[in-house]
Amino acid sequence: MNKYPAWLNTLVLVVLLTGILFAMPNVYSTAPALQLADSAGEAVTEEQLTSYLRALEGEDITPEAHFIKDGRGVIRFAGETDQREGAELLRSWFGRNTNVALTTAPRLPDWMRNLGLNPMSLGLDLRGGVYVLLEVDMATAIGNRMQGYEQDIDDRLREARIRHRVDLDDGIITIRLTSSEDLEAARRFVNLADPNLLVAEGTDGKSLTVRMTDQQIKERQDFAIEQNMTTLRSRVDQLGVAEPLVQRQGVDRIVVQLPGVQDPNELKGILTATATLEFRLVDQSGDMPGSRSYPGRGNEPTQVLKREVIASGDEIVDAGFTYTPEGQPAVSITLDSAGGERMLATTRDNVGKPMSTLFIEWQEKEVVRNGVPERRLVKSEEIINTATIRGVFKNRFQITGITPVEGQKLAVLLRAGALAAPVFQVDERTIGPSLGQDNIDRGFRAIQIGFLAVIVFMAFYYRWFGMIANVALLSNLVFIAAVLSLLGASLTLPGIAGIVLTVGMAVDANVLIFERIREELRDGATPQAAINSGYEKALSSIADANITTLIAAVVLLAFGTGPIKGFAITLMIGILTSMFTAIVGTRSIVNFVFGGRKLSSLPV
Amino acid sequence: MRLIKHKTNIDFLGVTRRKIALAISVIIVVVSLVELAREGLQFGIDFTGGILLELGYPEPANLENIRQNLSAAGYDDAQVQRFGTETDVLVRLPPQEGVNPEELREDLRRTIAEGTDGVDLRRVEFVSPQVGKELTERGGLAMIIALLLIFVYVMIRFQWKFAAGAVAALAHDVIVTVGFFAVFKLPFDLTVVAAVLAVIGYSLNDTVVAFDRIRENFFKLRGVSAEESMNTSINEMLARTIITGVTTLLVLVALLLLGGESIAPFSIALIIGIVVGTYSSIYTASATALLLGVNAQDLLEPVKDPDLIDDLP
Repeated sequence: MNKYPAWLNTLVLVVLLTGILFAMPNVYSTAPALQLADSAGEAVTEEQLTSYLRALEGEDITPEAHFIKDGRGVIRFAGETDQREGAELLRSWFGRNTNVALTTAPRLPDWMRNLGLNPMSLGLDLRGGVYVLLEVDMATAIGNRMQGYEQDIDDRLREARIRHRVDLDDGIITIRLTSSEDLEAARRFVNLADPNLLVAEGTDGKSLTVRMTDQQIKERQDFAIEQNMTTLRSRVDQLGVAEPLVQRQGVDRIVVQLPGVQDPNELKGILTATATLEFRLVDQSGDMPGSRSYPGRGNEPTQVLKREVIASGDEIVDAGFTYTPEGQPAVSITLDSAGGERMLATTRDNVGKPMSTLFIEWQEKEVVRNGVPERRLVKSEEIINTATIRGVFKNRFQITGITPVEGQKLAVLLRAGALAAPVFQVDERTIGPSLGQDNIDRGFRAIQIGFLAVIVFMAFYYRWFGMIANVALLSNLVFIAAVLSLLGASLTLPGIAGIVLTVGMAVDANVLIFERIREELRDGATPQAAINSGYEKALSSIADANITTLIAAVVLLAFGTGPIKGFAITLMIGILTSMFTAIVGTRSIVNFVFGGRKLSSLPV
Repeated sequence: MRLIKHKTNIDFLGVTRRKIALAISVIIVVVSLVELAREGLQFGIDFTGGILLELGYPEPANLENIRQNLSAAGYDDAQVQRFGTETDVLVRLPPQEGVNPEELREDLRRTIAEGTDGVDLRRVEFVSPQVGKELTERGGLAMIIALLLIFVYVMIRFQWKFAAGAVAALAHDVIVTVGFFAVFKLPFDLTVVAAVLAVIGYSLNDTVVAFDRIRENFFKLRGVSAEESMNTSINEMLARTIITGVTTLLVLVALLLLGGESIAPFSIALIIGIVVGTYSSIYTASATALLLGVNAQDLLEPVKDPDLIDDLP
């Protein structure tokens, strides 16, 4: 009686060893390191890594280790001095196309890294950093798209010489015609612009209203979020932040977590910045269709510009801050091939004519709407520079008319790409590194002491069975660390609290079993029968109790945000692993030690 | 080792005791609800929105100085208090309307550093009131959904009278734990919400374990009143209830004493919740089920129609 079959014992052993293997990376200490990412977003190759290493060798900086992880090069150093000097060196040599970020890396042996094993990551509350919650201005995202449709329909109607007026208000385009005969043509043009648009006839019989379907709105929103996340990732990379996290939250929010950033000022407002450029010809006649007047910045004169955009920020593939020979701050621009071709054609045909650079930026302003003050983003477009085209040029040129600070920021923004829709900051949290370290120390000390108290108590109270429960408790911690490492989930302070609660629940399972065994013994059962029915009868209580707590944890995970999620994840993992260790784990040890023997009493 | 002698026979659910317990529960719940309605909770900026700064000073901080500096800079409504130690200070500000966050941060940093060297800005949080509102709504929703799902689970596993008892106990625990925060004016932040949900989990655990034994004894002890067999069950589980409570409290007390100021509210909520949850699984959950007239018949499988058997050849 009370013997587990060999396969079951083997299984328990294999599971335990696997758990230990996955939890092992957490044992190694971390060392200062550099993370090297390609600024164009390409994966870093072995050759690139070798060239970085050669550069370091030349300066007598010897790294501890180097490898490629997730398309990024990582070089680990023995100390912070090497790391700092290495960063300076690599930035000066490769800064143009490589983003160098300071980080830390665990001192894992190669075989462990080759197996893809990683330690669990620590949340911002434990390692310090900046957390920013951004909201995407969806009304603008949709408005921009509708503006495109409006212009398209306007152009087509004009080309067909149909008299009309097109207005856009609150996401609805209204097309007013002079006669109902033109309705069919207008409908056709709307259909050409996008066949999915919803078209309705006005009550006067001479107008059409056009709007997006819910499906289109949703697609547009998803597109705006995806595009913004890509841009934000690239901006964060430009700032040289290692292991950043950019994640969607809900319909219109994006969470950005920047570990290791100690001061939000380092971000220089670059996350929410919308600054971009457009190049347009000046409309010298001043009355071409679609032309508009734009104000000049500072001493720059106001100009009427043509509607056609020669090139815009989207077509800029590289940008760098520099000074002109005259000492003026400038941004050097490189256009992609499409933009370059258009610039070439335009400059060739317009030598001697003026061209303007528009600086476009969304600014947060307080707007009173229906008597309620509201934060809205307002588009500002200013001419920073108008110059006469002196010669033909293609994809490389310089612009001036900005301050040095603005120029540096603009260069970063142009390199990283524009946001598809403006964003504004909803939350910002900064946790200093000293607080992070404090939280780790305190959290772990609390766990150690609490854990020790439980272990001592169990050993005294249930003697050998208590010791077996303690083994289960320890392996439960190993499993939680293993699962967290495997999932790549990060450990937060509330997560530690979740682990503490799990310890309580795991102990409860064993208390239920052991009390039951004691009861059975009291009622005159033999030791072997008591073990068997103790485990059997306690099972339904343990299962019910754990399942109900699991329900609470799942609801927390589904509805919670931030810290609550961290708590729910460890609680969920802990409940599942503790069921295994407290029931199957302890049983296999109990069976191994006491099973199949004649016993007169049990040390419980 | 044994804390409790082999067989206790305490009359937990006698009519007089139940009445006393009911009176105590009603008083505590009413006091909690009245305090919640009258004073409300000291919501943290997670809920209200606003600005929070945690500052580390090299030497014991002069709170009056910090208040004066802030007030002189136009932040009249700043709350300044110590945070755990003499050198740590927490500053709370209501949401600032129409101010650029970057400028505000710089201005606050300057104001706070005035007259002192080496202030460490350990934590800075800017939360918009809008996020806080959503959080409150979602938190409430999560609580209601969790209670509903748990009710359904207990109803399936046991019976509706037990489920009603379990949910009554959970509601009791939540109200008393949250009420404790209102009465003693403790800061109520997001981690406390997590703790309250954990309390639901723990109290439920306790209740379900008791119910499980009650169900078993309903079948085992025939010809005994429901009250008696419930009493026996609670006595049989007493050792387990106390030991589990003690071990969990050991860990939580360690967390409260050593875990640092930021998780103190979390630890307090859990400690209160576990004490209340243990009490409520006897006096709210079981007593409610008893009040609803629960008996062994409720848990029996529906008996097959005896006529069917008669018809068999």
